Amino acid sequence: MSLEDIIQETKTYYCLECGKCTSICPVARYDPAFSPRAMIENALLGPEDDLVFNRELFSCLTCYTCQQRCPSDVDFPVFVRKARTIAQDNGQHGICAHSGQLQSLARLMTSPDIKQRRLEWLSDKYRTSDDSDVLLWVGCAPYFEAIFEDIEFRALDITEASLKILNLLGIEPKLLPDEKCCGHDVVWTGDVETFKKLAEHNATQIKESGVQKIIFSCPEGYRTLKLDYPNYGFDVGCELQHISEFLADRIEKGGVKFNEVKKRVTYQDPCRLGRHLGIYDAPRKVLKSIPGIEFVEMQYSGWDAICCGTSAWTNCDSYSNMIRAERLSEATATKAETLITCCPKCQTHFRCAMTDKGKEKRSMPSIEVMDLANLVANAIEEGSNLSK
Amino acid sequence: MAEFEPKIIVFACNWCTYAAADLAGTSRVQYPPNAYIVRMMCSGMINPSYVLRAFEDGADGVIVSGCHYTDCHYIDGPVKCDAMFAKLKRLVHILGLEDERLKREMISTSEGTVFARVVREFVSELKRLGPSPFSSLRNSRKEKAVA
Repeated sequence: MSLEDIIQETKTYYCLECGKCTSICPVARYDPAFSPRAMIENALLGPEDDLVFNRELFSCLTCYTCQQRCPSDVDFPVFVRKARTIAQDNGQHGICAHSGQLQSLARLMTSPDIKQRRLEWLSDKYRTSDDSDVLLWVGCAPYFEAIFEDIEFRALDITEASLKILNLLGIEPKLLPDEKCCGHDVVWTGDVETFKKLAEHNATQIKESGVQKIIFSCPEGYRTLKLDYPNYGFDVGCELQHISEFLADRIEKGGVKFNEVKKRVTYQDPCRLGRHLGIYDAPRKVLKSIPGIEFVEMQYSGWDAICCGTSAWTNCDSYSNMIRAERLSEATATKAETLITCCPKCQTHFRCAMTDKGKEKRSMPSIEVMDLANLVANAIEEGSNLSK
Repeated sequence: MAEFEPKIIVFACNWCTYAAADLAGTSRVQYPPNAYIVRMMCSGMINPSYVLRAFEDGADGVIVSGCHYTDCHYIDGPVKCDAMFAKLKRLVHILGLEDERLKREMISTSEGTVFARVVREFVSELKRLGPSPFSSLRNSRKEKAVA
């Protein structure tokens, strides 16, 4: 695909150069060299190399804040994603966070000869069933668990909490033993080839398992399977739901009982769940239905929420940390005890920022960060399985 | 068909293991030519991504080797390396790679014979295990390069 095709496809030529994207962009607020408007202008007027070899190409968070403001409806995140594919073909990989080990893992997973040991954490505490028509998507959690031990982030806690919730609500989900990375990070860094291999494997696995519904505790996996798989021609052929949507549904139907939790909380909208998929109400509804929870919004929330500062494990720099500091200080300004989020990566990034030993540490606000699934799993009453 | 010859990547620290490999060479100690040595300034600077990348590019086994605890040129490199290695072991275990394909060694400057022995043993171990499950990735990459 050439740059010309990408311009045609994402209708970048509609750009009015109004600059609303740059003025709202969380990266541009700190990084003076980054400008979505200028990047589009370069793509339209300048030589292709100006865009492809621009190191700022990998700085975009693809958080969709710009696209929501754009009066011409230019899909800047998708434009960036496709331009990154050209960059990859030219040997530009961006500066991958964690030295690229997460991208490496995704590429290694494409090997057809491996048999992963991804469910070893599963204990007898939880009931799963191979005949179930509901699938719980585990995603990268076992890998994150190993990688992010030093920032005290346990990704599998979220998965276990989701399992507990499902069990208590009378569902024994199926877990896929050979599920692979959904491909979110590789597709957003422009490695479409790896993405297609992973997607093909996952789509086949899901179809063969014969499930009717997949429940996600990770918004990125959800977004990828819901939007990107069909876009690239992979059909999983079943209903997809985020755990917060599932819970909101169940709460509406009645029968979910919660113990009281005395806590003042605020909520971080993950960009993939919020702006990408438009799910703002479900997590809020769940939070509000837990007795004792005092829910406060941050200054910027919902479709206006500020991103956690990094996406797809690329270009995590000091600007990213400044974005995180800003978001965390907004959270502490609400006087909330806990910042609730729905995305394992938001949690990783906030926790990492708060344990950072760099010079930003002194100014970094501190707040407890927790996943919605963990809060619900702690609050949900045993035996609240009334509605089937 | 020719016998399978494993490819080994050795991440060796500049101050101990690399010198040990050098000593093995200058003392004419014989060992199989399957080891490709990558010199690092310290075993503490090795990142899991280096090793994962080695497997991605077709290594059948990886040795991470540096100084003994008290010998480190930078005081606590081996301690950092141990922490990294523990993380790495967990990652490749979940990935489904045989645990034996990854080796953590401490070889000091004077242990040229130890270096030769480690490589010799590792080669026979890998010959028993056969090619790495990721070797198909290398082949597809090669095909792409040819095309």
